[in-house]
Amino acid sequence: MSNNDIKKATRHVIQNEGLIFEKSSPGKKGYRLPPLDVPEVDYKKALGQAAREDLGNMPEVSEMEIIRHFTRLSTWNYAIDLGMYPLGSCTMKYNARVNEVVARLGGLAEAHPYQPEKISQGALRVMKTLADCLLDITGMDAITLQPAAGAHGEMTGILLMRAYLQSKGNPRKKILIPDSAHGTNPATAAICGYAVENLKSNARGMVDIEALSAQMNEDVAGLMLTNPNTLGIFEQEIHKIADILHDKGGLLYMDGANMNALVGKTRPGDFGVDVMHLNLHKTFSTPHGGGGPGSGPVACKKVLEPFLPKPVLVQRPDGTLGFDYNRPQSVGRVRMFYGNFGMHVRALAYTMANGPDGLRQTTEDAVLNANYIRKKLEGDYDLPYKSSSMHEVVFSDHRQNEKGVKTGDIAKRLIDYGFHPYTVSFPLVVHGALMIEPTESESLEELNLFIDAMKSIAREAQEDPDLVKNAPHSTRVSRLDETAAARKPVLRWKPAQAKSAGE
Amino acid sequence: MRYLPKSPADRQQMMREIGIQSIDELFAPIPAEYRLNRDLKVPRQMAESEVIDYFRECAEANAAGYGVFLGAGAYRHYRPVVIDSLISRGEFFTAYTPYQPEISQGTLQAIFEFQTMVCELTGMEVANASMYDGSTGAAEAIMMAVRVNGRKSALVARSVHPEYREVMSTYSQHQGMPIAEFGFRENGRVDMAELEKKISEETACVLIQSPNFLGVIEDVAAIADLVHKKGALLIVSIAEALSLGIVKPPAEADIVSMESQSFGVPLGYGGPYAGVMATKEKFVRQMPGRLVGEAKDSNGKRGFVLTLATREQHIRREKATSNICTNQALIATMATIYMTIYGREGLKELAQQNLAKAAYAAQEFGKKAKVLFQGAPRFNEFVVQTQEDPYDINNRLLEKKLIGGLPLKRFYPELGNAALWCCTEMNSKEQIDAAVKAVGQ
Repeated sequence: MSNNDIKKATRHVIQNEGLIFEKSSPGKKGYRLPPLDVPEVDYKKALGQAAREDLGNMPEVSEMEIIRHFTRLSTWNYAIDLGMYPLGSCTMKYNARVNEVVARLGGLAEAHPYQPEKISQGALRVMKTLADCLLDITGMDAITLQPAAGAHGEMTGILLMRAYLQSKGNPRKKILIPDSAHGTNPATAAICGYAVENLKSNARGMVDIEALSAQMNEDVAGLMLTNPNTLGIFEQEIHKIADILHDKGGLLYMDGANMNALVGKTRPGDFGVDVMHLNLHKTFSTPHGGGGPGSGPVACKKVLEPFLPKPVLVQRPDGTLGFDYNRPQSVGRVRMFYGNFGMHVRALAYTMANGPDGLRQTTEDAVLNANYIRKKLEGDYDLPYKSSSMHEVVFSDHRQNEKGVKTGDIAKRLIDYGFHPYTVSFPLVVHGALMIEPTESESLEELNLFIDAMKSIAREAQEDPDLVKNAPHSTRVSRLDETAAARKPVLRWKPAQAKSAGE
Repeated sequence: MRYLPKSPADRQQMMREIGIQSIDELFAPIPAEYRLNRDLKVPRQMAESEVIDYFRECAEANAAGYGVFLGAGAYRHYRPVVIDSLISRGEFFTAYTPYQPEISQGTLQAIFEFQTMVCELTGMEVANASMYDGSTGAAEAIMMAVRVNGRKSALVARSVHPEYREVMSTYSQHQGMPIAEFGFRENGRVDMAELEKKISEETACVLIQSPNFLGVIEDVAAIADLVHKKGALLIVSIAEALSLGIVKPPAEADIVSMESQSFGVPLGYGGPYAGVMATKEKFVRQMPGRLVGEAKDSNGKRGFVLTLATREQHIRREKATSNICTNQALIATMATIYMTIYGREGLKELAQQNLAKAAYAAQEFGKKAKVLFQGAPRFNEFVVQTQEDPYDINNRLLEKKLIGGLPLKRFYPELGNAALWCCTEMNSKEQIDAAVKAVGQ
């Protein structure tokens, strides 16, 4: 390998920066308050024993230093704005700038959640319009925008199932979850008071229909299914799956994490799903923000509607919008106020910028990109499941393993090539998985650079495996000792530590 | 479509190389009877200018330019422009969870700084990277307490935000974790006698809010004494984080669950906000959510990583401490920048201004109406009881472009015509005087 093989990235000088606490000194200020226009109050007298002495090690720095500090930190991050970010099942697509502009419009950004409904009609219209769009996209009958993220939506959805089954006389005991599922699924089922029963995949990477039939009985509340699943494979026997559940009085929950493969092409409500969540921060382009905020609306069929979290957004007889709090069968609130409204604004802006034709083309391009990568790399990497890929493709490190190179090593080497790695070692059903989701946001040129990088790393793994195993070689920090970090965790800065650890 | 970087020729070339004639071949796995053969019923594709026009209309149909006296879990504070300028950097807002530390040091260090600042402010030893918000954070705190001491039930003060309490009951309903409530006294503080009567050997934790929903600051040390004597854990929920600028941190608590919205996060009609959980070091392995820790690279250089992941759902699945995955990282970054801007002196000064504004307003309202819950310290909220229905007062205020306090009938019918008022540094004396004038007009 030579550096000539790395076409997308070049090393350049990057700024060092300590912790903000290490720049602090008494008397520096980054703020100025306006003069107080009411009489001053001695807070120590007003609060008595509840008064605070001081604020310890909180920083004291100037505005200039704050700008430099956080700007420097930002340059140490990889981001979609810099290039392809093919994290499987995370749908790292372009975050349109107009979304940010409209979310910051004063009337929306500064609206207090308890301001009277008659002066909140604009915000409510945004929510209603988004809700209507999402209902047609999913083919469902009713929706709540309250959940704050995907896992929060899962919890809401399973609570709906439970409340519905309870209303029929028996909430049942178990939830079936395929072995390829995201970890949030079993964790969610547990919070909702259900035991988790594992459902194994068949040789094609899909739900094993016979196993499902055998495991389904009157103790099972339902199945949590991701479709397409985490292997990027559409569950072709979805109608049979739904029938098996419904025949025994169970319900089908769909984890909508991979909805980017389906929008405008097919609708979960049409293929038998009873309740599902969407990740607005995946499919609907609201920014991931380094790990949130997300938004996880839950859509459901009519029979589950009475159980939706309260309040429910309704249109009143006079045409105005408002919240209905009188929902006797509701599972309750899952979050204060009405959800991550700022994300609702962005998701609607994305939907409007696309329209029906744009949404369909988006889905087609996302699936086209994944299949192009699959075709170009299947000669270099092992493809454990040969079923058709939708929006993502999962390889394994089986061939590279012969030289001791693992998926995590290939991922780290990809960093040297100027890319964010794919999702590593997931789904668990594939040993040494490389889970690649390009999304629709990549041009042919960027895809080709990625493919070249992956091919080059495959060669390196044969010719110079240590180069790959010790990657990355060009980042500001090399591999960090995560084991030591977990053994003796240092989770906050302390003054004494600064003296010994300053850069 | 302007977000899609492919020409028709690119698509043709890619299809050729894949070996398909039409894009529909890639969708063949979807059974034909389930394929959608019509356009989605969503608005037609719009130009950027049209998108902006639409939302501008919506924004104008909402209140803008009003003086706001609402608090109750969402506080209107000034947001320095530096915050949006920095979080608008694509490297922050278009990155994902820092799973690859070598190219995520910016996010990781910012979170480490957030965790440190939260510890400094709350008097706790460790803090996580964020929760969805204060309400879900409080519910997760109860679940954590149950894991820590193995007891099953919880006691929650009725002076905790009513919507937080609703969320707690939603979360707890199927976990065999009964929640009972205890009341407050004339001065708005928790009823210690009732708490003492209700707390038992079964009680895993007691959860209070301070300043509480009625604006009153609790005697955390005294409550902690009582709770600890019974072997339970004390959880303190903080909805108005700015209070910590001048209010003693609840260091006697075992878990602090805080809403950070006051720290530079827009009101945004209720979200996104960011909760955060802080606790003692000895409980860290039972804490939910992501944690950032310091680490060394192979050259001994300092860096940061996500750590103690064995608590989390992607490793532990159904045995995880929580199902939380995506949290509120960018909002936590906003809060970090805000806390940095105001810092050690500014948070105190700002909190003092809030206290002074509320004290002035309470005094003025007291001349026309009854200010409830006297005799215990307050921060920036207070309850006013009037002869007239507060909805009628508020309707009059709207004509003056003022949004009055939150009528409490929905939550505390026993308080009659009472409303919860909040004054921050954003409320001028002029606004306060105008609001007082409208009472008893």
